[in-house]
Amino acid sequence: MPEKVFRARGLTKTYKTGEVEVHALRGLDLDIANREVVVLLGPSGSGKSTLLNIMGGLDHATSGSLFFGDIDLTNLDDRGLTAYRRHHVGFVFQFYNLVPSLTAYENVALVTEIAEHPMRPEEALALVGLESRADHFPAQLSGGEQQRVAIARAIAKRPDVLLCDEPTGALDSKTGIIVIDALLGVNSQLGTTTLIITHNASIQSVADRVLSFADGHISGIHENSARRAAAELSW
Amino acid sequence: MGVLDVKLLRDLRRMWAQALAIALVVAGGVATSVLAVGSFRSLEETRAAYYERYEFADVFALVKRAPKTLANQIAEIPGVAAVEVRITKLALLNIPDFRAPATGQLISLPDTGQPKLNRLYMRTGRMPEPGRADEVVVNESFAKAHAFALGSRFSAILNGRKRELGIVGIALSPEFVYAIGPGDRMPDNSRFAIIWMSEKALASAYDLDGAFSSVALKLLRGASESEVIARLDALLDPFGGQAAYGRRDQTSDAYLDHGLEMLKNMSRTLPPIFLLVAAFLVNLTLSRIVALEREQIGLLKAIGYHGAAIAAHYVKFVIVIASIGIVIGSAAGTWLGADITRIYGEFYQFPFLVFARSPDLYAAAALLSIAAAVAGAVRALRDVAALPPAVAMQPPAPPRVRRLLPARLAAHKLFSQPTLMMLRNVAQHPIRAAFTVLAMALATAILIASLFLNGAMDGLIDVTYFMSDRQDATISFIEKRPQNVVAQISRLPGVLAVEPFRQVPVRIRFGGRERRVMISGRPRDADLSRIIDAHLRPVALPEAGLAISAWLAQLLGARVGDIVEVDLLEGQRRTVSLPVSALVEDYFGINGMMDSGALAQLMREAPAVNSVNLSFDGAARDPFYDAVKSLPTVSGLALQRVSLANFRQSLALVVNIMASIYIGLAVVIAFGVVYNSARISLSERGRELASLRVLGFTRGEVLHILLLELGLLVLLAQPPGWALGYGLAWTLRNNMAGELMRTPLIVEPFAYALASAIVIVAALLSAIVVRRRINRLDLVSVLKTRD
Repeated sequence: MPEKVFRARGLTKTYKTGEVEVHALRGLDLDIANREVVVLLGPSGSGKSTLLNIMGGLDHATSGSLFFGDIDLTNLDDRGLTAYRRHHVGFVFQFYNLVPSLTAYENVALVTEIAEHPMRPEEALALVGLESRADHFPAQLSGGEQQRVAIARAIAKRPDVLLCDEPTGALDSKTGIIVIDALLGVNSQLGTTTLIITHNASIQSVADRVLSFADGHISGIHENSARRAAAELSW
Repeated sequence: MGVLDVKLLRDLRRMWAQALAIALVVAGGVATSVLAVGSFRSLEETRAAYYERYEFADVFALVKRAPKTLANQIAEIPGVAAVEVRITKLALLNIPDFRAPATGQLISLPDTGQPKLNRLYMRTGRMPEPGRADEVVVNESFAKAHAFALGSRFSAILNGRKRELGIVGIALSPEFVYAIGPGDRMPDNSRFAIIWMSEKALASAYDLDGAFSSVALKLLRGASESEVIARLDALLDPFGGQAAYGRRDQTSDAYLDHGLEMLKNMSRTLPPIFLLVAAFLVNLTLSRIVALEREQIGLLKAIGYHGAAIAAHYVKFVIVIASIGIVIGSAAGTWLGADITRIYGEFYQFPFLVFARSPDLYAAAALLSIAAAVAGAVRALRDVAALPPAVAMQPPAPPRVRRLLPARLAAHKLFSQPTLMMLRNVAQHPIRAAFTVLAMALATAILIASLFLNGAMDGLIDVTYFMSDRQDATISFIEKRPQNVVAQISRLPGVLAVEPFRQVPVRIRFGGRERRVMISGRPRDADLSRIIDAHLRPVALPEAGLAISAWLAQLLGARVGDIVEVDLLEGQRRTVSLPVSALVEDYFGINGMMDSGALAQLMREAPAVNSVNLSFDGAARDPFYDAVKSLPTVSGLALQRVSLANFRQSLALVVNIMASIYIGLAVVIAFGVVYNSARISLSERGRELASLRVLGFTRGEVLHILLLELGLLVLLAQPPGWALGYGLAWTLRNNMAGELMRTPLIVEPFAYALASAIVIVAALLSAIVVRRRINRLDLVSVLKTRD
């Protein structure tokens, strides 16, 4: 893996919601290093989710370039983006997005079935401390447990990058801390580059770098000299 | 099994009620095709096998008296494969404890036993001993009607002499699948018998030793029937031959053929429509269900599934639902089809049944259903697949809402808020609303078409038995009688009115097309049997020229004013030209009618009569029957009331059995359509409705919004449904019409009302299900999560 995982130059995104035109990204430049934990802060509509979606290959940029290693993501077609997501990216969403008709184990297997060198689903569940809940359906799990299943699903393919959109947004602080702990554990054990979007300012202390977003561009960058452990967090 | 397959099974289990409703719609379409076409094919193969194994003849002719040596000459006619000469006579019967006059069709059996052609299927007993004048075989339906068994006895008037007859055998014959007595329109099993007896005995009774009075021919494959008939007529003419005829004019085969033809035409008209309607609905419904999976499709894309793999998953999903329907439909269709074949087989008294295997039918029905389901899924997938996963995973953006009215008209002052929401929702998805309306309209339409079949039989009965042929009875004579027979019949006990008829067999020809029909000469002012015009009004017979059935005119391509050529097949056998002077709206057979005086002139004979219509006083029924039985010139008495009852039991039954099945399946489809519309509409708007509940709307108000929409669409669907239903009824009427029987195109208001009522009841029942779901809406989770 090269030193720089992502390199964005002049990245813009404009989209329409109903009749409203939204400039979500306005010419953004950014480099992300291998194994780095980056927190993206900012108010709603500041562009952080849009950036994460484009980095994850879930959406196309309107203009500019975004390299993942040597791959120019802005030039990939749907097939190329699918392969990119399949082999390199793990997602954790705010609302977990588990398949309700599949058990925890099966939700993870959904990814391991199509990945190249996955871990076994039970290993991934063990990494987030949920091996005992493998046979439960999402409806039988608490919010925090569901989010940890989502993390297990995201890391089971041993992705190069883990993209997390408000992973604790729907959780209370105690559960949120467990989830952050799971994410940091994966980062340290597997060396996965991790980007976390959050509204929660106290989470920024676990990151190597904190990017503040406002109105479609990065308004500030803060580097933490020392990362705090999840257990030290509170909100 | 992959995880996606696990998901598929669990999703199916989760939405089993809906999946089953869709599967039942598919099953309705498939079952209709399988049972209708399957039973029709089985019956047709049964008939073919029956005719072949029992050597049903191709050409028939009657003759006064011809020497048996003529048979050799007949056999030499090119194209003739086999000849059977025999004696056939009509005789009045005397049956113990049975007052009404009955007629027997006597048929001779060769001394060797079974005839070469028109062989008997012996249900029980044996053939009569050669020369035994008191041993007979009778047809099974007659035996059943009188509870006759082997050894039972009755008597017959043979050539003026009463003979005691004992039953030694009970049989079926391909020649008398329908056994219809003289002057009658329908089989009357208690009053018309087929009686087979030894040729020697019959010949001596009628003084026909060494002679025959009837001939049946089997033709070689590819032989020209009309040429054989022409040569046969020429051979028989010197011996008093009546014109020969083929199977088309053989009463039993014509009736059987028409019955099967009606089944075939029903099976060609309704089931494909049912199947198409089912396919359309399945397409529509599955497309909406897959569209509801938008967020899960987005998720699968997000975690790296290829479009093809996702498509395969959902295609599999809809194929499983369609397949459940196909399996249910095929099983139900096969089972019902076999049952129907058995019912018809019993009705036609086939000695055995051949169940046709129709793999092509199952394959076609299955393929169409699956193709429709897959097309529905693919259409929805294409829409979702076009979205980037990031967008697909979120609920759709609020759609552009159109104003229903210009802002200044303030729609909110005209309508309540729920009504406005409902109207806007419909206006927002005009195509979806239009398709839903179309689907519901089709459900109403297939119900109307099915109900029409039942009503059509009533319409036919009404016009035929109560407007046109209003006589109580028809007396037929063995041979034509002079006019004074009218006075004789008028004097019979209880007779109130008498109208004489003279019937002459003819071939009628126009523009190269030809049909064999009867011209009946009748008094112009006939009041018992009236002529009905296209507007269903009784009209007087024109003074000159020929009135013909409108259907015959259509077959010949003739119109009023055209000159048709007519071969008179009796008497001097002249060919004459006659103008068509009127068209008659009749629903049975194809007929010609003219003034009796004009017909007598045409025949160059004194006015003559071969049958009379009459009305009689019901209180004098028994003395009237006794008097008729004492007349040696009478060949049979047809009773209108019995004929009507028998019609209801026979041809009408053929149609009504199928109509009932079609109605049942149409109800299943109608319920499937409405339930699915309601259920999917709830899924599509679950979040919105839950949000309204959070805002303080009561369950009743939320239900109100949803049901207003369903109600509006159901009501909007009714008028086009009626129009489509009338169109289907029109198509059915046209496809089922034949020479033997036609139906008027009368769709009763009741049919429209009942069809709409069924759809509305389906909507109400669906509303109850939806209401239970609304009560269970989980408000908190809807606000928290997106899926």
